[in-house]
Amino acid sequence: MKFLRYLLVGVVFGIALTKAEVISWFRIYEMFTFQSFHMYGVIGSAIVIGIIFIQLIKRFEIKNVEGKSIIIPPKQKSLWRYLLGGTIFGLGWAMTGACPGPLFILLGNGITVILVVIGSAILGTYVYGLLRDRLPH
Amino acid sequence: MSQLINFISQPWPWYVAGPVIALVMFSLLLLGNSFGISSNLRTLCSIFGAGKTCDFFDFNWRDQLWNLVFALGLVIGGFIAHNYLSTESHISISTATIAELKSLGISDPGSTIVPESIFNWKALATIRGFIILVVGGFLVGFGTRYAGGCTSGHAISGLSDLQIPSLIAVIGFFIGGLIMTHFLLPHLLTI
Repeated sequence: MKFLRYLLVGVVFGIALTKAEVISWFRIYEMFTFQSFHMYGVIGSAIVIGIIFIQLIKRFEIKNVEGKSIIIPPKQKSLWRYLLGGTIFGLGWAMTGACPGPLFILLGNGITVILVVIGSAILGTYVYGLLRDRLPH
Repeated sequence: MSQLINFISQPWPWYVAGPVIALVMFSLLLLGNSFGISSNLRTLCSIFGAGKTCDFFDFNWRDQLWNLVFALGLVIGGFIAHNYLSTESHISISTATIAELKSLGISDPGSTIVPESIFNWKALATIRGFIILVVGGFLVGFGTRYAGGCTSGHAISGLSDLQIPSLIAVIGFFIGGLIMTHFLLPHLLTI
């Protein structure tokens, strides 16, 4: 039953990203050509409200359902892995028009060939795991 | 009820979608986890047995089941929105984008969610389709894991927590996205 809550939150997210057209290849292209405010509005307002939520959590020491303190794990300090990894992801994001969330949501929208993109993304993750020790981090 | 369904069946403006995304992140934090979808790709590697050949995938993937259930919810949410909460599949992109994509050979930009001439099984046998779908997907998987997160983990969660590494990652997302869209895609789309 515990998992039902995650399923429900996922359903809400899937509906929101479909209805706001965030899963559309065309919207991602338009974002990278700065021809519309739409995507910046979506991501920007999510971050602004997100900052408020996180500040409220810290200020009022809000606990999670298990009664533990809520912490977003701090990311390891580094430059190269974020800059290089981020750039590689950005190249793929602009090609496929989808980041990992929309990959799953597009499948639900009936774009079955996206299974191939998901398969390649899993392979890409695996190859990163193999090369990890040889890459600058 | 039907009025409510009609209401949410309209395209959602950015100022509705953004706060809903923040609420999703907040809900996952309240449930005792954090918002990061690309981790599922690593979990799937582990389930497929990658832990035998590579330490990076040698972990107890059952701890990550909640995230896979969340991903299953994404598929179901997409299905519900597409089949029950949509009156049309038209994407309201700007006229400038439509004109630009037409000049790059995309017919009827925005009439469907994705360009149908690329996102279909037959296109996989073309150079353009193969590069965009297979190579593109590979870069998404490789890049997100190298960067330690994608749009949800870095752009939304990380920036909401004002973490500098996430800001660097998001700058990287845009460097890659801008190079692809402005210098490489124009050639790729017209192959």
